[in-house]
Amino acid sequence: MTTEPESGSTKSALSPVPTEFVASAVEAPVSAPSPIREFLSQRGSGRLADRSFAAVMLLCSLSIFLIVLFIFFILISRSKLSLLAFGWKFFTRQAWDPVSGDFGALPFIYGTLATSFLALLIAVPLALGVAVFLTELCPRSLRAPISFLTELLAAIPSVVYGLWAVFVLVPIMRDSLGPFLYKTLGWTGFFEGSNFGVGLLTASIILAIMILPVISSLTRDIMTSVPNSQREGVLALGATRWEMIRTGVLRNSRIGIVGAVMLGLGRALGETMAVTMVIGNHADISKSLFAPGYTLASVIANEFSEATGDLYLSALIEIGLALFLVTIVVNAIARLMVWAVTRGAPARAA
Amino acid sequence: MSTLPLSPNPLRTPAKPSVINTLRRQAMNHVITGLSILSTVVVIAPLVAILVYLIYKGASSLNLAFFTHIPAPVGEQGGGMANSIVGSGIILFLASLMGIPIGISAGVYLAEFGRGSFLGNAIRFTADVLNGVPSIVMGISIYSLIVMQQKHFSALAGGIALAIMMVPTITRTTEEMLATVPHAIREAALGLGVPKWRTVLSVSLRTASPGIITGCMLAFARVAGETAPLLFTAFGNQFWSFKLNEPIAALPLQIYVYAISPYDEWHRLAWAGSLVLIVMIMVAVTLVRIFANRGVLKGAS
Repeated sequence: MTTEPESGSTKSALSPVPTEFVASAVEAPVSAPSPIREFLSQRGSGRLADRSFAAVMLLCSLSIFLIVLFIFFILISRSKLSLLAFGWKFFTRQAWDPVSGDFGALPFIYGTLATSFLALLIAVPLALGVAVFLTELCPRSLRAPISFLTELLAAIPSVVYGLWAVFVLVPIMRDSLGPFLYKTLGWTGFFEGSNFGVGLLTASIILAIMILPVISSLTRDIMTSVPNSQREGVLALGATRWEMIRTGVLRNSRIGIVGAVMLGLGRALGETMAVTMVIGNHADISKSLFAPGYTLASVIANEFSEATGDLYLSALIEIGLALFLVTIVVNAIARLMVWAVTRGAPARAA
Repeated sequence: MSTLPLSPNPLRTPAKPSVINTLRRQAMNHVITGLSILSTVVVIAPLVAILVYLIYKGASSLNLAFFTHIPAPVGEQGGGMANSIVGSGIILFLASLMGIPIGISAGVYLAEFGRGSFLGNAIRFTADVLNGVPSIVMGISIYSLIVMQQKHFSALAGGIALAIMMVPTITRTTEEMLATVPHAIREAALGLGVPKWRTVLSVSLRTASPGIITGCMLAFARVAGETAPLLFTAFGNQFWSFKLNEPIAALPLQIYVYAISPYDEWHRLAWAGSLVLIVMIMVAVTLVRIFANRGVLKGAS
């Protein structure tokens, strides 16, 4: 089905006959063209128009390649100064001193990784729970509203999440959740120091809220694509519903779920505005989750427009380059995993 | 799929399952069901809280001045975001003008010409990857390309940055929607002697148009709230500006500036701005969905 329109793409346009016939008719000696064929070849407009139409479409789709390449090259060329000055050490040094021109990205890498993984730690179990509930347990009448609500949440802009976090989440963290965590889990050493409400943990929580809809809706799609015969088979062997979900559904879709989680990770790594508003923006590495931090994206958002000096600017662009490459790799792996699972499923185009 | 090992003598009548084991399995089942429901509640709760709080705070700070005035200087009461709303409109219009045609064409190529070919798969994959590139990276690359050359921020640069963010989403939805068009319709058109390009435009795209419009609207809604790519391209502006090569205000930018400011009056405006932004996004999406659906019904009858 998929190859048919291509083989007939240029020829069938000229002819009212189905494509298979055209293919053989062209091969046949053309000594005595039929009146129909003569009429059609007189019209003659089809081939050129078709070719140029296809070319324009191809050009537009190639522009996607061009955009990615262009971003890559422009980031490299603009960060050359810092690439030459610091080399690979840029990513392992802690210094961030615009005054003396000494730059290293380690605090930002730490902040990004810490918030993203913490956000995943919070979001993944919840997202799995929601997906299991939506696909396996939920009464049919509830399914649509909950799905709609989660999609609505995906449409809320990042800056609005940030606004909410600043005025609602930060006070909660400062006054109730933070002291509670200090009292119960203070011995681990992760909840030490003064708690201002802004910091790594607050950023992680808002990130978790933001990536939850992404992960749960993808996981739901993947679990829906598990064939029903699997479920029925496991149930017929006498399994309880949880055993059915575990062996019949989750095990079959695990690669896809990992892919969905990776996509969530990609989103969390690059998330800028909400995180910038609540992370505290302080380039320091500290074990405590109450401590203010800094991420790759938020340092760009905060300091880019006031970066004085070429080296400062190119160090910031190099951070952008690192972010670009990391998210591309994470997304590529995630896409391949999701694709590997949903490939065989019906009613999906790709 | 792992299975339990078979019992040593499969032909014997099966032993009665032990009561304890059955109870354990039942209990596990109920525990997991409970956990799953609990997690759904835990997820829905903050989300509903965000929406309710936003509507409450936003509605109480909205007034007519918000839609008619430009931002007031610090310390003065009142003021609005009229210039930001118009500025957002201009930037989004520019972005749609560039992003939607390119996105749809790329989708058409993937669905109608490049299906199954290596190039098609590569483009599809690149589009997916581009979709995941952080918006701030888009912002600094457009800054490096346009703003650095021109030496000033501009509405045009903001529009281009948003257009690039729209393209992959539109491409993928267009492709998926075109893939749902039955081949019989295409073959019927081709069989009547309609050229391929005409078939694509008036048959495939026409049939898939409700879905494609919805996809465009979703991409539009997504970039409408983007702040990060506009920080260094459109930059924001406290005054009226309609010129494409000058810094221009945008609603998300203004919300960000006001949200991190220390003034209560500005916080109030930030809430109002957020509510307006979200309502605009929702209304746009819903309206288009309704119209698109009606179009489908008309086409079918």
